[in-house]
Amino acid sequence: MKRTLFAGLIAAALAVPAHAENYTIIAPAAPGGGWDQTARTMQEALQGEGISDTVQVQNVPGAGGTVGLAQFVASAQGKADQLIVGGYVMVGAILTNASPVSLADVTPIARLTGEYEAIVVPAASDIQDIGQLVEMLKADPGAVSWAGGSAGGADHIAVGLIAKAAGVDPTKINYIAYSGGGEALAAILGSQVTAGISSLGEFKAQADAGTLRILAVSSDERIEGVDAPTLKEAGLDVSLQNWRMVAAAPGLTDEQKAAIGADIDAMVKSKTWQDALATKGWADTYLAGDEFQAQLEQDIAATDTVLRDIGLVK
Amino acid sequence: MTTFDFLLQGLSVALDPMILMYALIGVTLGTAVGVLPGIGPALTVALLLPVTYGLDPAGSLIMFAGIYYGGMYGGSTTSILLNTPGESASIVTALEGNKMARAGRGGPALATAAIGSFIAGLGATLLLAFVAPTVVKLALVFGPRDYFALMVLAFVTVSSAFGESARKGLISLFVGLALALVGIDQLTGQARLSFGVPQLLDGIEVTTLAVAMFAVGEALFVAARRDTVDDEVIAVKRSVWMTARDWARSWKPWLRGTAIGFPIGAMPAGGADIATFLSYAAEKRMSMHPEEFGNGAIEGVAGPEAANNASAAGTLVPLLTLGLPTTATAAIMLAGFQQFGLQPGPLLFATNPQLVWGLIASLLIANLMLLVLNLPLIGLWVRLLTIPRPWLYAGILVFATLGTIGANPSPVELSMLLIFGVMGYAMRLYGYPIAPVVVGLILGPMAEQQLRRALSISQGDLWTLVGSPVSATLLGLSAIALIVPLILRARGKGAVLNQLASDED
Repeated sequence: MKRTLFAGLIAAALAVPAHAENYTIIAPAAPGGGWDQTARTMQEALQGEGISDTVQVQNVPGAGGTVGLAQFVASAQGKADQLIVGGYVMVGAILTNASPVSLADVTPIARLTGEYEAIVVPAASDIQDIGQLVEMLKADPGAVSWAGGSAGGADHIAVGLIAKAAGVDPTKINYIAYSGGGEALAAILGSQVTAGISSLGEFKAQADAGTLRILAVSSDERIEGVDAPTLKEAGLDVSLQNWRMVAAAPGLTDEQKAAIGADIDAMVKSKTWQDALATKGWADTYLAGDEFQAQLEQDIAATDTVLRDIGLVK
Repeated sequence: MTTFDFLLQGLSVALDPMILMYALIGVTLGTAVGVLPGIGPALTVALLLPVTYGLDPAGSLIMFAGIYYGGMYGGSTTSILLNTPGESASIVTALEGNKMARAGRGGPALATAAIGSFIAGLGATLLLAFVAPTVVKLALVFGPRDYFALMVLAFVTVSSAFGESARKGLISLFVGLALALVGIDQLTGQARLSFGVPQLLDGIEVTTLAVAMFAVGEALFVAARRDTVDDEVIAVKRSVWMTARDWARSWKPWLRGTAIGFPIGAMPAGGADIATFLSYAAEKRMSMHPEEFGNGAIEGVAGPEAANNASAAGTLVPLLTLGLPTTATAAIMLAGFQQFGLQPGPLLFATNPQLVWGLIASLLIANLMLLVLNLPLIGLWVRLLTIPRPWLYAGILVFATLGTIGANPSPVELSMLLIFGVMGYAMRLYGYPIAPVVVGLILGPMAEQQLRRALSISQGDLWTLVGSPVSATLLGLSAIALIVPLILRARGKGAVLNQLASDED
């Protein structure tokens, strides 16, 4: 009895400081982007819900997040109050930049949100459905120009996967990289390219206004409010989610990991977080623990294969 | 309702005392961050984003727009007085503005910048209200080949407009182009010239280079010459205010700057810096006093300053009508819109007319506030020049370093600031112009990417470059700009040109 009480006290003593942790979140991107917004929304939710007293967000931009990741691995070793935000783009950037540090050097905690890719054409285009686009791609891969985000990013990878699934040589795809979905959108609206690919959110307003036609989305099931089939329905075995995650420092004890996991779990289930997701239009794709670990490894392996197929990683 | 009714309705929203206060906070903050080198409007808006969660959408967006306009104003002050551009869009202002300030004409230079910014902001905001849908259609016509042609025109006009020696100007430009190659190639994702340093993968930051070359280089140069050369800066000669002659020479550049800045700002791949380069080149060509360029020509301040403010308003065209952010600040404002569950895009004018027109109306008010805030301060600002130089330059070095660390906290960034500072000093010592280096760094990657995109879309067919009416026209203009001086010289009518040529080197 005494021993149980004692153990309980120790557990409480361990748990209390863990829950009063003053986190510092590294956003490995410039202010304003998706990772920065994720970090700042976490800051709001963690503080607003009283999970943490003060939360600081620090921007360390550069090279698809690998600059921030390298700094985090070097400086946060064993520190339970340090977190870093990241995402699918980082997986590709680590491979293409031959980054000396990888996601294996940090402690992934959970996937938080995600966006699906959408394939679009301007409303005036002759292409009516995804099948037609795939036929054009099969006939002459170079004649189909795709506008999307940065080279080696989620958009580029999705095009590579589509080509592979359609039996087209992925090295032949004509992918035109833009610095972001916005600049690509201008090229698509101006009919400078055959088709466009980016996060659904980038195109939704235009599609609603009838200036773009969504041909397909990269989710497993149809998305509510979007009148387009999934790639799987169209016979292409491609499913891709551009996810964002939070990771903790390397070299933590199991107790420390569990405490951070509990804090993030409480944050994800809080009203502040859920409200923020709703207003920003981010899908809640929360996945934690071993399931996330398994998914992460699968994504890294698939990304490595497709980047080699496209020829971006030698 | 007509556009005019909407605008009046918007003004009634914007005249709400709380909204006026947000606009005032915005322009004051914007001016302050514009003055600090390295800390741009984008960073400020990003930092303020979480603070505004509790505010109403109209108030916070209006504050952001105030910061944006204010930043464009503030950047000119340090450019003119201290030769330290705070933003890439005020680099050109430093060329003539600082020469004017050293000759005791800092007052008129600041005044023409402030009034020019006001007029351009006013004109461009009205254009935004009345022609936004048309302009955006024109902007979408611009494909990669057309942007490439625009870059060629910018290179041709700009490289001839800088410095007294064409040879030295071109060498500087190529140094900038070489620096522009550093980092991940955007079209293939491969690293170039980064030597395994991860901080170099994103290339060289334009503001770091500009602050290093202008501010640090200048400070070193002054320190090195202090014992040998007398202090030649005159704080105020004659009036602080613009003379009738200044007005007469300024009003046309203001209007031309607006006409150049607004459409270029509205283009998805345009930008305020390109607008200022083109405006400077245009003023130099059209000026009645071309000999004054390089020695403090007021047109060279009036035009580019009008152009950068007009382009700030132009940026809002694709943002509001298409949901397309074309600058870092616009991207963060877009995030601000989304924070309130608003999706800028073709439907915004229909679903939230009150907010859009309120924003446009407050821009008009913010613009007026900036003028009221800045004109009386000119007398105070020019007295900065009377600070003893060792103190002044020590202060500049502190601000330059703080700004750089604030924007990008890494030792590599700081080392770059120092290395480029020393390089700026060496270039000054041997009479090489500084501005073309920065121009090369800004225009180089744009020209390269657009050319490669155009050729990728056409699958390698070079004829595509003259395949659209826009690109053919722009390339034709570039060719004329190159060839006409040669013909003039050959026919012996280029006495002035020959004179200039013999003065070179």
